[in-house]
Amino acid sequence: MTSRKKIRDAGKPFKYVFLAIWSLLVLFPLWTMLINSFKFKNDIYRDPFGLPPRWNFEGYLTVFSNSPFPRYFLNSLLATILSLALIVVLGSLAAYGCVRWKSRYARWLYLFFVAGLTVPIKIGSVNLLQIMIALGLLDKTLSVVPVYVAMGLPIAVFTLYEFIRGIPGELVEAALIDGAGHFKIYRSIIVRLVTPAIATVAIFNLVPIWNDLWFPLIFIRKDDQRTLILGVTRLFGEYQTDWSKILAVLSLSCVPVILLYLLMAKQFIAGLTAGAVKG
Amino acid sequence: MHPSPTVKKESGALWFLYALPALLVYVVFMAVPVINSLRLSFFSGQGYVLDNFVGFNNYIRLFTDPETSARFFTAFSNTWKFFGIQMLVQNTLGLGFALILSGRGFRGKGLFRTVIFVPVTLSVLVTGYIWKLILNPQWGAVNIILGKLGLGSIALPWLGDPRTALVAVSLVSSWQWVGLPTMMFLAGLERIPEDLFEAAQIDGAGAWLSFTRIKLPLLLPVIGIVTVLTFVGNFNAFDVVYAMEGANGPPAYSTDLMGTFFYRTGIAGQHPVGIPDLGLGAAVATTTFIVLFAGILLVNRLTGERPEKKRDREARRP
Repeated sequence: MTSRKKIRDAGKPFKYVFLAIWSLLVLFPLWTMLINSFKFKNDIYRDPFGLPPRWNFEGYLTVFSNSPFPRYFLNSLLATILSLALIVVLGSLAAYGCVRWKSRYARWLYLFFVAGLTVPIKIGSVNLLQIMIALGLLDKTLSVVPVYVAMGLPIAVFTLYEFIRGIPGELVEAALIDGAGHFKIYRSIIVRLVTPAIATVAIFNLVPIWNDLWFPLIFIRKDDQRTLILGVTRLFGEYQTDWSKILAVLSLSCVPVILLYLLMAKQFIAGLTAGAVKG
Repeated sequence: MHPSPTVKKESGALWFLYALPALLVYVVFMAVPVINSLRLSFFSGQGYVLDNFVGFNNYIRLFTDPETSARFFTAFSNTWKFFGIQMLVQNTLGLGFALILSGRGFRGKGLFRTVIFVPVTLSVLVTGYIWKLILNPQWGAVNIILGKLGLGSIALPWLGDPRTALVAVSLVSSWQWVGLPTMMFLAGLERIPEDLFEAAQIDGAGAWLSFTRIKLPLLLPVIGIVTVLTFVGNFNAFDVVYAMEGANGPPAYSTDLMGTFFYRTGIAGQHPVGIPDLGLGAAVATTTFIVLFAGILLVNRLTGERPEKKRDREARRP
């Protein structure tokens, strides 16, 4: 027994070395991006890994004062917040309706929503493009919103349905006896009780929506309507080899998500893992 | 939620109204476009209007027209290679990480978990650009490090050589997504009851036996889900090639995937014409859809658990 125990412990340093090397491999590109965004071009070529010998804030200053990126950032913020709000509101209403409606049609309706979990919406891109043209939404930031909402609804209905079904019926009954209407019950009891689930739904939709390139790329060509990630595609054409500017934009586009992630790593990991399974 | 019969039952129409707004958005922007895109693969037309029914013509062109079919089959086989490399690198690595992290009394689990998962939260476009800079042949970090290690001779233009480009792109993609299989395997391993290992240990089974005889068989459903996820992800992959190489899948179409091929035919237009062929694009999308559907059915048959069941469990977890 003791000999086996020793063998197992001998493997331990190896495990840590293995994980440490991988961690380095994960953090190194992010470090290089961040640190080089503060360097002058010559210093990047001379030493791409070390701290900057002279700090250069030029890249960031240009991005903030004289570039379309603040605009792109606001566009992304608008599209993401609007989409998440609609996913959560419409999704919880639908889930509540499906739970309370005692009919076999309710079951079908629920299954119809959940079926969307297995279909990658990109398949429908050709027709979505035609729909956006017909609706006059082409070249508008808002064009991506209904698509993201449709994409997010299946997982929202699926998750919230389970949660709402778990709420004890007595709570609703008591409220009904007190004279509360059904919508009031939804607003003041249901929403409050499933807030944790709503937060999960918001997180696993937040990252794919914020990071999406595909739909902005195919819907939006007009400059001032671009989202942040679509704006980033123009970097190499726009700034040629002005590395500090390019790296400043790349850093700025992922720092908000990384900060949010570090604040709530547990929720992100749980949410995104569950969200990925929907594929 | 089961209100007792004493409370007056509301009519069905009311509850349907609660679901109606969601239903409308979902039908108009998901169900209809997906079904319509399948239907549009039988049509052709001018620009964005497809009104001319052409039967299987788009498919015949896709599979037999010399130029188009060459691109299609290249993209198709590249996507399979991309998938193969990710299964081999990303998912094996993910399993390895999960086995280490699930070890009893392993310290630092939370920290490593957080680090391994960081790239999942980042935009594929941004990580693609970062790696493109790192792999730059002149001053990219990879070749500098190789040079310092005395391996300057293998410091290749990784993204510019048709022999290495696809591998490089797949490895970057594996780097980005390895956090997902890690977390899924980890969750799977943590569900295995501890007493199984204790019993095996009493019977004298070492680490290897308890891996092949207990962990692996019990992880089979998770392996199935991870395979399906990787498969679906790869047949939809686009951003990583677009960022690192470009929409044409250079060099010499060696990184052209189904995603980039679809983008060129159905959305952006093939070089040098630049006019999208929506009917052909819809045929590409439909073909992808059929391959995905067949693949998912096959994996489910082999690993024996349906994704809905797994999702059920996933959602019930606190």
